Amino acid sequence: MSTFGAVFGEAFRLIGALDLALLDIVWLSLRVSLSAVLISTVVALPFGAALAVTRFPGRDALVVTVNALLGLPAVVVGLAIYLLLSRAGPLGTFGILFTPAAMVVAQAVLIFPLIAALARQAVADAWREYAEQMRSLGAGPVASSLALLHDLRFSLVTIVLAAFGRAIAEVGAVMIVGGNIDGVTRVMTTAIALETSKGDLPLALGLGIVLLGIVLLLNVGAHLLKERAQRHHA
Amino acid sequence: MREPGPPMLPLVLEGIGFSAGGRDILSGIDLVLEAGPRTVILGPNGAGKSVLMRICHGLLAPTSGRVLWSHRERPGEPRRQAMVFQRPVLLRRSVLGNLTFALAVVGVPHYEREARAVAALGRVGLAAHARRPARVLSGGEQQRLALARAWMLEPEVLFLDEPTANLDPGAVREIEAIVQSIHASGTKVVMVTHNLGQARRLGDEVVFLDRGRIVERSAIDRFFRTPATAQADAFLKGELPWH
Ligand SMILES: Nc1ncnc2c1ncn2[C@@H]1O[C@H](COP(=O)(O)OP(=O)(O)O)[C@@H](O)[C@H]1O
Ligand SMILES: [Mg+2]
Repeated sequence: MSTFGAVFGEAFRLIGALDLALLDIVWLSLRVSLSAVLISTVVALPFGAALAVTRFPGRDALVVTVNALLGLPAVVVGLAIYLLLSRAGPLGTFGILFTPAAMVVAQAVLIFPLIAALARQAVADAWREYAEQMRSLGAGPVASSLALLHDLRFSLVTIVLAAFGRAIAEVGAVMIVGGNIDGVTRVMTTAIALETSKGDLPLALGLGIVLLGIVLLLNVGAHLLKERAQRHHA
Repeated sequence: MREPGPPMLPLVLEGIGFSAGGRDILSGIDLVLEAGPRTVILGPNGAGKSVLMRICHGLLAPTSGRVLWSHRERPGEPRRQAMVFQRPVLLRRSVLGNLTFALAVVGVPHYEREARAVAALGRVGLAAHARRPARVLSGGEQQRLALARAWMLEPEVLFLDEPTANLDPGAVREIEAIVQSIHASGTKVVMVTHNLGQARRLGDEVVFLDRGRIVERSAIDRFFRTPATAQADAFLKGELPWH
């Protein structure tokens, strides 16, 4: 396993052979990150839209805060969730630390500001065009927000995919709250970190290639979807 | 199908003023709009016609004066007035979907929406386009859809802000015919236009606005034959050669 080429060869062999250990890890990664994106999206999209279409005291401060949290380091989120979920923490009674559930929570929190901030921006831009018409029709903030989210659906898909990319590619948060337990909480990124440090480069590289492939495929899909939508709706 | 509530008209504007950035855009506007006659608002560019209409419709708050409807709309009640803008804002969904959305907003039950929307499309000649995405319609068709959306709600008053600007003559004729039908169905029509021919065809009375003030108000024929003020005279002389 000393030469570069041999490492690549072995990595592709593992992928091609559908190595069970590798598949388990990929499957857990997908489950955790998809769940996190789903949960975060359901809350963050309406939240971002509401920030764009309503005016209330403290709104600007909230917008600045959400924007600032865009660059939140994953390890810091991991640490915060760790403290909350640890036995002595306020949410310790749930007993989910070092389980996939804790990883879902950490990733959902990590990507929330990303989805909310970008959705708010997109909705706010469109709102300039829609605001008078919506008020003329008598549509309140809820109906207006939902209508705008629907109209912006194809841009929002791109935002959600970016969030998924960030979730599935981060190491820090899942490492801290998951613990990288073999067969339980080991995901692609933590496995890559571990296998690399152990010297099992083919498995690490194989996982890296799969990770890249997933992110790439999703983006191609999003691009095609958006193209089609734009042709359809002008 | 209109709620048989008390009539909203007449609309009384009392000493309306609007200033922004230290500039008076409207001042001393006293105006009564009665049910019935089609009111055309004329005036040079920047006179404040659109601002006045937005204040009437409740989209802008005046900085002074009062907007007094005979029966005030309460927040949360379905609106009984509608507005069609120069550039229609249509949702990125089907032609029919745009109408069912507007019906949903005013609380029309789900099972009634489609039939009412289809009927509304038929009245503006868009029945064949029901399933098309609204935003791919031509400019004239989009404006007809906006008119259908407004008309479908059977408003007591319809405000139109230059609804035919930038449209070709054929589309203008179609839209004028629809506005006539809306009027005939009992809706008060208040319209801003730059097209003096259109003002003659669609107006019963003129409110002439110049630099934020109402300078003249008269029956349509008299306004065009013998304008009472120098400003209106100059406006008509200035505009006529191009229309
Ligand atoms: N919402 C607004 N707030 C402040 N000023 C406005 C607003 N809308 C228009 N104005 C200004 O008021 C003046 C009159 O505009 P408008 O009513 O659109 O004129 P028009 O008679 O051509 O429709 C313009 O100088 C315009 O810039
Ligand atoms: Mg105007």
